[in-house]
Order: sequence, then C-alpha cells, then structure tokens
Amino acid sequence: MTFLGMPTAPRGVGQLRQEAPFPVAAARALDDSQLRRNLGHATSTIRAKRAAAVAEVPDWQELRAAGAAIKDDVLAHLDRYLLQLEAQVTARGGTVHWAGDANEANRIVTGLIRATGQRHVVKVKSMATQEIGLNEALAAAGIEATETDLAELIVQLGHDRPSHILVPAIHRNRNQIRDIFLREMPDAPAQLSDEPAALTAAARAHLRRKFLTAQVAISGANFAIAETGTLAVVESEGNGRMCLTLPRTLITVMGIEKILPVWRDLEVFLQLLPRSSTAERMNPYTSMWAGAVEGQEFHLVLLDNGRTATLADPRGRAALRCIRCSACLNVCPVYERTGGHAYGSVYPGPIGAVLSPQLTGVADNPDLPFASTLCGACFDACPVAIDIPSMLVHLRSRVVDDKLAHHRGPTPEAAAMRGLPRTGRPSRAAAGAALRPDPAPARPAGRLDLLPRPAPAAATDVPRLVEGGAVASRRREG
Amino acid sequence: MRAALFVTCLVDGVVPRVAKATVRVLERVGVTVDMPFQQTCCGQMHVNTGYPREAIPLVRNHVAAFEGYDAIVVPSGSCTAAIRHQHADVARLAGDSALAAAAEAIAARTWELSEFLVDVLGVKDVGAYFPHRVTYHPTCHSLRLLRVGQRPLQLLRAVEGIDLVELPDAEQCCGFGGTFALKNPAVSSAMLADKIAAVRRTGAEYTAAGDASCLLHIGGGLARLSTGIGTRHLAEILATTRREP
Repeated sequence: MTFLGMPTAPRGVGQLRQEAPFPVAAARALDDSQLRRNLGHATSTIRAKRAAAVAEVPDWQELRAAGAAIKDDVLAHLDRYLLQLEAQVTARGGTVHWAGDANEANRIVTGLIRATGQRHVVKVKSMATQEIGLNEALAAAGIEATETDLAELIVQLGHDRPSHILVPAIHRNRNQIRDIFLREMPDAPAQLSDEPAALTAAARAHLRRKFLTAQVAISGANFAIAETGTLAVVESEGNGRMCLTLPRTLITVMGIEKILPVWRDLEVFLQLLPRSSTAERMNPYTSMWAGAVEGQEFHLVLLDNGRTATLADPRGRAALRCIRCSACLNVCPVYERTGGHAYGSVYPGPIGAVLSPQLTGVADNPDLPFASTLCGACFDACPVAIDIPSMLVHLRSRVVDDKLAHHRGPTPEAAAMRGLPRTGRPSRAAAGAALRPDPAPARPAGRLDLLPRPAPAAATDVPRLVEGGAVASRRREG
Repeated sequence: MRAALFVTCLVDGVVPRVAKATVRVLERVGVTVDMPFQQTCCGQMHVNTGYPREAIPLVRNHVAAFEGYDAIVVPSGSCTAAIRHQHADVARLAGDSALAAAAEAIAARTWELSEFLVDVLGVKDVGAYFPHRVTYHPTCHSLRLLRVGQRPLQLLRAVEGIDLVELPDAEQCCGFGGTFALKNPAVSSAMLADKIAAVRRTGAEYTAAGDASCLLHIGGGLARLSTGIGTRHLAEILATTRREP
C-alpha cells in the first residue's frame, strides 16, 4: 500500500531519519558501557515508579480507553477541529500560521523573530521544534535559542542530541553533566560538584539571566483545546511558566494532532500524562493560555510535516494518538539497551519506530519497524492504547512492499519467505508418529501442493529426528 | 475428550520431543489426541517479517487441516497468538471472508497447552514428577497476547518434587523475537545476556517456558556459556513421571 499525494517530512531538515542502519547504530551503542549503565538504571527506576503510580488509579483501563477514543475522534475530524481552533485562537488575539512541513515552519518562526528585531530567544522543551530542527535553522539565521529545560540545556551545552522524549539527557550521568557545565557554561561556579542540587543551582542561575532578558519565547504544546482556543504545556521545572509568561512574544509550534475537542477532555489527559511519563500523580506546572493579553503577541504555528500522510494509513494512524509520555520507551527492552540515538529520530523507542517511518515515508526509515522483538510491553504501557506491536508488523509489510517495488525481481528474503516453511510434510517425524495413524486420509490430493516441498536440508534432519523422536518411541512401545 | 495437536513447525523441525511430551501429558489426563498430518506452519514468521501475503496459503492450509476438530492444542504461546490474532486478518488480506470466518472459528477452539489444561479440562495437577530446581520464564506472547497469567505456574507448582524458584525480571523479553534475532543480533544478544544473568541468579538446574522458540534462544546462550543449566518446555516437565522419567 502506498499513499501517493500525501507529502512526507522533507529530507535535509530536522531530525526524523536514521543516519546509520539501526542494527549498526545499536551495536555501537551497546558497546558503550557507561551508556548501558546510565540507561539501565534510569529506565528500571522509572519503570517501577510508573507501575506504582498507575496502580493507584482504579479506573486506569477506562481512562486509557477514554484517551484513545478522544484522540480517535480528533483524528477522524481533524479538518473541523483545526479550523475551530484557528477561529478561537484568532478571536482571542492570537495569530495562527499553517506549516506544511519543517522548512515552512522554520521559515515562519524565523520571520516572526526577525520582525521583533531580537537575536536571542528562550525555549521550552518541545518535541515539534526538535523534529523540525528549529534551533539549527535559527542559528543559520543568526538567532541564538537557549533551551531552558534542565535536561535539554545539558543536551544543548554538550552539543549533543536528545536520546529520550521526556528525559533527553538520560544517557548522561551527573559526572558527565558536571563536566559539560564546567566546559560550556561560562557562569558555572569553578568548584561545581556533581551533587544534583549543586548542578541544578548552577543551571538555575545561568537560566535566570536568560529569562529576565529574553523578549521572545518558543514553546511546543501538549494540548490545544479546539472549543476554547486554549493551549496547554505541562512541565516539572517552572521554566515553561517563565517562558510562557515573561517574554513579550510567544511562538508556539504544535503538531496538528495535539488537539483535544473540548475543555473537559483535559480531565482525562491530565491524569494519563503525568502518571505515564514522570510517574507523578500531577505534574508540578500546568500552564494554559488562550490568545494574547494586551501588550503581548501570540503566534501558533500548526505543523503537518508528514502527519497527514500518517493519517492516510488506517492501520498506522493511531500513532497520532501519542501524547509523548515516553512510557513505551521506559518499558522497551530494546530501547533500554540501545538508548535513543540509535533510532536516529527525535522520536526513539517503540513509538518512534512506528511514528518516524510514517512521518518520513518508510523508505527513509526502513529498519525502525524491525527494531522490536514484538514483546508487547509498549502496548501495555501506552496511556492511549496504541497497539504498537501490530502497527510495527503492518509497517514491516510496507517496508517489504517498498523494497520489492524498487528491487528488480524478488529480494533474497522474499524468495526465502515464499520457500518456507520446509516442514510441510515431515511432521510425521515429530509428534505425528507418536500417535495412531491419522484416521482420515492424510492429505486430499493437490491441497498441499500449495505449500513448498520439504527442502533437502529438512530431509537430512529427518533421520536424526526420527531416531531420537517419536517414531522410534512408538515402535518401542508397539 | 478429543483434541487435535498443532505441533508447530519449530517443534516439528527442531525439538520434536516437545510434541511427544505434549501428547503424553494430554493422554495421561484422558484426552484422545488426533494429529492431522496436513498441518504445517502457522505463518507468524511471514506476517511478522512483513510478508503477510506469503502467509495466505499457510492460513488456508491451517484452516483446512483443523476445521474438523472441536479442540486444538498448541505447545506454544506464540503460535497460538498468531492463530488467534493474525489468521483472520491474513484471510481478509486475501479478500476471503469465508476463510476469515473459518479462521476465527478455529481460533476460538484453539488453546495453548496451559490454557487447555487449566481452563478447558480444569486440571492443575497432571501427576508429574520432576525433582529439580526450576525457574520459569513467561514468554512475551503467552504473557501479553494470550494473558495466560498464572496458569503455567499453577501447573508447575503441582508437580511433585519440583523446586520452583522465581526468575528476577521474569517479564523482560529474552531477546529472541523471531527474525529480530537475525536482523538485530547485537541487541538480541544483549537482552539474552541479561536474561541468562537472571537465570543464573536463581541457581536453577532448568529454565522452563511454554515456547520452544524462546527456549532455544535461552538454551543457546546457557550452553555457549557452559552454565550447565538446561532448558525444558513446560510440556516436557509435565510429561515426566516417576514411571516415565
């Protein structure tokens, strides 16, 4: 199945594509013993905490079902809800911009900042802006963007890339963080220790100066209420609240799937999200705003970047339910061992393995749907019940179809799949022979001809199997 | 009671003793076991590797082989899950709604071994004797696609002489994942290494599971490290008695 006509996220901008084949990148990550220790410790800790936080809620499964149903309604009527959101935001003094892809979004945001005359902006952690490579685009335009989320700051100062949706510096431990601060943060105290409190205090002092001088802030959004035009950002550090309230101009970049129809839908998602992501009953800061107050400017950039293409696949579109909680990353045995960088995209782990190839088109991320054992832990953990394993299997068939379409003749793997199994007949060698002969005629003529004949390899195995196997034992008993 | 045995291609080709053991257990608890020779592979590998169309003849064959049986028993959680969750879908891909309906009907009469013993027959003690320290790995598809839950453990606890010890982080995948182990060998091995470390911490003589596939993966690692720890399919432990060790 291909979805012609639906543009995917463009190449050459942003961070959605694997750079090396996943197995190669993963093998490299597996060799990093420090990374393995950091990740193993962090994911196992948060796994246990999340399980406890979820177990406290007696109607968790009902909440999940409600979350899934609300998101499915949004996806089914996205055209209507987006226009409703635009009308509400505009009526409350905001300006809505539509960006078909990463390049367009970057152009819009750069233009908006240039219009303010500012060359420095502060940012709230946002996956959408990571996805489109906004910081790089701003840097190319001579605009400096400061990440204000502590972990995101660590990543930025370390000239690094986020490796987790929620805790982007999960691959770093406090020793490494201290080194980065001392090297890259001019105002870090010379005697900085690796105590978490000391590290946080250093970052806080550094960021405070940025907050108090910035005239422009950039954010993402966790939710946007179509009914009221309300945007919501949930966070833990208060940096979001600073960015969303202090500067004169606020620019929010949001994927078009972040909509919720009505205000009361927040009741469901403000329970699902914090318990699933940080294992908290409630996140420390929930900031909500609609439009702009006097003296301030608010711009909302609605980003497609492959989302409509994702929506076009009935078996893949549920990936757009995702609320970026990262519960699936934390329970994934593959992610736990490789970390996020191996996936190439800013969306790593199980959700990344289904989302990134859909946003880019499967040809650009062909390994990601295979980067899973299909163990199912992600589906169980997902607060909006995305059946990630089934979606992975579906995307694998899209990858195979895409490869076959660009391959002259069948690939070796396709030939093998057509040739397998080799076990059409030798069942007799196994348990079959342990039983009385089949009362019915073994095979109606011609029916098994659909299946391949036993291969020579299997045939040579038969004597061994029979010898140690069921035929011999039946004979002994007989 | 009569039941048909779906051997599964992996058991058939690699560990036929598991099928023999399944028959021994079932016969001991009074089941007459039929073995339709037309059977072959369930096609899960094809579907999960991205070749659902190549699975169509396999599903067609499976339906033809088992249509006449009231109960079908499978010594594999994973193959049972494929029958239950994939076969009708594959039939619909073929545009064959009659086949899809037949596949669904067969899926409703298909049970993984522990499900069949506990739910259908209401048996927990199958009269087995296995005087060894055993740890049990709940395979992912048994655990999360079939939700077999405590059933295998209920059966194992009733085994005479067994010293059943809990496996740390039992619900973590062993890293096999079908063709995952071929396509991502390094990650697969890393997961296996952690599973084996957990097994070793138990001091068990045997690792048990309800899927031969995962057991081959775990067993390969245990053997390569010369741990001296063996693997036994659930059916093999349940088949072992004082008279027939």
